[in-house]
Amino acid sequence: MTRFRSPAVRACWYLSLAILAVPFVFPFLWMLSSAVKSQAEIFSPALSLLPETWHWENYAEVFRYQPFARQYANSLYIAGLVTAGTLFISSLAGYALARIRFAGSGLLLLVLISALMMPEEVTIIPNFFLMKQLGLMNTHMPLILLPMFGSQGVMATFLMRQYFTALPPELEEAARMDGLSRFGIFWKVALPLSRPALAAVGIITFLYSWNLFLEPLVFLSDIELFTLPLALSNFTDAYGLPLWHLQMAATSLAVVPILVVYIAAQRQIVESFALSGVKG
Amino acid sequence: MKAAAIRPPIPLRTREALVGWLFVSPVTIGFLIFFVGPLIAVLGYSLTEWNLLSQQSSFVGMDNYADALGRNPEFWTVLRNSLVFAAGLVPLNMVLALTLAVALSRPFRGVVIFRTVFFAPVVTAAVAWAIVWTFLLQGESGAVNQGLALLGIDGPNWLRHPDWAMFAVIVTRVFKTVGLNMILYIAALQSIPRDYEEAARLEGASGWQVFRMITWPLLAPTTLVIMVITVVGSLKVFDHIYLMTEGGPENGTLVLAFYIYEQAFEFFHVGYAAALAVILFLLIALLTVTQVMLKQRGGPR
Repeated sequence: MTRFRSPAVRACWYLSLAILAVPFVFPFLWMLSSAVKSQAEIFSPALSLLPETWHWENYAEVFRYQPFARQYANSLYIAGLVTAGTLFISSLAGYALARIRFAGSGLLLLVLISALMMPEEVTIIPNFFLMKQLGLMNTHMPLILLPMFGSQGVMATFLMRQYFTALPPELEEAARMDGLSRFGIFWKVALPLSRPALAAVGIITFLYSWNLFLEPLVFLSDIELFTLPLALSNFTDAYGLPLWHLQMAATSLAVVPILVVYIAAQRQIVESFALSGVKG
Repeated sequence: MKAAAIRPPIPLRTREALVGWLFVSPVTIGFLIFFVGPLIAVLGYSLTEWNLLSQQSSFVGMDNYADALGRNPEFWTVLRNSLVFAAGLVPLNMVLALTLAVALSRPFRGVVIFRTVFFAPVVTAAVAWAIVWTFLLQGESGAVNQGLALLGIDGPNWLRHPDWAMFAVIVTRVFKTVGLNMILYIAALQSIPRDYEEAARLEGASGWQVFRMITWPLLAPTTLVIMVITVVGSLKVFDHIYLMTEGGPENGTLVLAFYIYEQAFEFFHVGYAAALAVILFLLIALLTVTQVMLKQRGGPR
């Protein structure tokens, strides 16, 4: 524990950190508070975190305004599928790149690494026409396929490969003596040992899919098919002006569960992101 | 057919290679279809004049690039905006990240709470963050201006004012992303052995000298990684612009990634948008290669 030289120093320390924290905390508090205010109070000049009257019905209104429950379910099942799919194919490929010697593996790794940084804006136009030709417009398939096989999937493969490379080879020797096939070794020995890496990749992938905006915007037109980020950008009145009370209630519903999980598993989640950052 | 029966067994090395390719095939095939293919296609599109509405396309050579680089002044506005955005965001982000990391890398009562707070926007959807800040930054009834009014300051209509919109978007984007760089810096700081600092302290070095002469040079590889991630991240900013300013006012926040989207999917200038995408690709490739070269020149530590 750091010891402070004097109570005054300690007070200054905490005060400056608290001031710095305001733009990080206040938006969440203001969002929650405005979610239960009336439309009139939102435009009143009083800067109060507590509403004059509590309008819990704003939350119910969100579900009447849009098929919000459906959109929530869309986001959940898409993120779930993307995460499961990415974990399977990236650990399989990452294992091969780390552990199996085969011609072309070095080149493949190099090609994959060079794609790590490429944003989806570069390939979104041809992907749009590709999906159109495959008849996948206005379906969830592009939202599942593109994260799995684009730069996010490449990142997952690379992270898994890094982890398998660091795993001591002796652990596999015994299994090989027992006559296990390559897939057997991967599935029964290597994969269970890589649980920390799987957790990290799973967390990053889930959040990536959950927060995705450009792809839903480009590929979806049917409001029933919207995912949460796209649904959130859609709370406007007949004139295109935002309905702030509903907007904030909907945003709260989308953000709070993630924040609760984040606070509960803070350490694990932060470490996952740190891992993805030091890949370079 | 007897030949099949007496064929010698496949040698182990070949079998290993087959298994290897089998394991990487899902990722590789998907990558070829949804990344490499589109990358080649976007180059092809960029050489055509293609109108989505009339479904007509014709080869025009480098015309789209000539449009961007010469005939269309909008492109230079966009490029300048992207550079201003990066030049504003990257230093602000990195200085704040390093400051927070230095403050939060050693244990004190409440340190975990502060780390949790500064990192929270990173796990929050960019869309949600942009929407809430748009709400906070409204002209008259926005909470930021109401707060400033208490201090006697008359705040501008941040996102609609040509002088302030870019500034507001940069700062809110920094708040969204600084937590990640802070965490990377904290990890790097905690990996520096404490003996270094203690030795220097015994020699009579001040806190600032220790940072300047020991900590900062040891952080150099981390700083390089963070810089590249942050510069590339600033070039691909889309959600914030789309939701907060739509490139306005007066094209003041029209940046490259948003411009590509707008040209392709709102104005249907596919060829031109593809040329822009190729330019974005080249910019990012250039940055990545520069990083690798810088790293190699630095040599292994």
